[in-house]
Amino acid sequence: MRRAFADLHLMPDLSSVEQTRQMFLKASALGYRLIATPLPTSFSENHIQRLRGISQETALDFASRLDLKPKTPKELLYHLRKFRRKFEIIAVICESKTVARQAAKDHRVDLLNFPALDPHKRFFDKAEAELASKSLAALEIDIKPLITLKGSSKIRLLSALRREASIAKDFHMPIVISSGATTELLMRKPLEIAALTSLFDLDRSMAVDAVSKNPLAIVKRNREKLSPNFIAPGIRLIRRGSDCHES
Amino acid sequence: MKVKRRYLALKIDSTEKFDSREFMDAVWSAFLRLYGEYGASRVGLALIDYDAEKKFAIIRVTHTETTKVRAAVASITEIMAKPAAVHVLKVSGTLRALRKKINASGRF
Repeated sequence: MRRAFADLHLMPDLSSVEQTRQMFLKASALGYRLIATPLPTSFSENHIQRLRGISQETALDFASRLDLKPKTPKELLYHLRKFRRKFEIIAVICESKTVARQAAKDHRVDLLNFPALDPHKRFFDKAEAELASKSLAALEIDIKPLITLKGSSKIRLLSALRREASIAKDFHMPIVISSGATTELLMRKPLEIAALTSLFDLDRSMAVDAVSKNPLAIVKRNREKLSPNFIAPGIRLIRRGSDCHES
Repeated sequence: MKVKRRYLALKIDSTEKFDSREFMDAVWSAFLRLYGEYGASRVGLALIDYDAEKKFAIIRVTHTETTKVRAAVASITEIMAKPAAVHVLKVSGTLRALRKKINASGRF
């Protein structure tokens, strides 16, 4: 069976339906099966349905995603309580160490993302990885800065990514590689993205899993949890109503 | 010992047209930026076919360096200071098999 690929961080300008459609078409042409786009919290269910409609036209599966950028752990907890059941993927952009720690240990967080441009704000370390490995959160790495940065800032980023990928591997923490693309020309094929990860020494099988198995597993797990039939991990309602006999 | 090679079919994604020299300059400079002169000396990069109209190219590389070439090609964001991206369509061990694969997929 052919492997399915996913890009969980496609960032079209949502105010432009045409650009969104073009980017979805491109994702489909490049070989993706599932995409996710960060949505504003003000987005209504109608907006989400419209995006799902566009993705269906382009033969793609669409997952709703929320990027949280809290200043304090308390703010993160507040947002998680408020939005967890409304979005299929919750990513936390960690801009402080306390937020990074809270995000890593909270099982409601799916993705940990760190700012690419400031190496001092990359708080991913062994303690973070240990916490995240227990809570099933994955480390998300965007490819956009890797192809747009030049010179010393790119060198610093590659060095940080090499260290982080090695820590994540040691603690068996899943890695998700996303495009972070804001335009069509910044989108790449899944295997091109996997090749780019060789720049920070991610081995090929891990790299391919990071654009296929790992992101798809997150979406599958969350869809199951958000389903009305979900009771607890491994337990779900399989039948209800008049055909269900009471003993 | 015979050096194994890989042939890569590439598609240039841009609104502009470029000639073969401009295209290869972009590929070489992307490779040099990522892997330096030592890495570039091992890649065995050569342009086999180029169609400016169809924005299509075939390059040949040493087979051990294929991933590096894929990464270098993926890191191209402009050619001659004009926005562009380059995608790998197919990879094959022989030119004949590559052309067969491209014809079968019907993609240029």
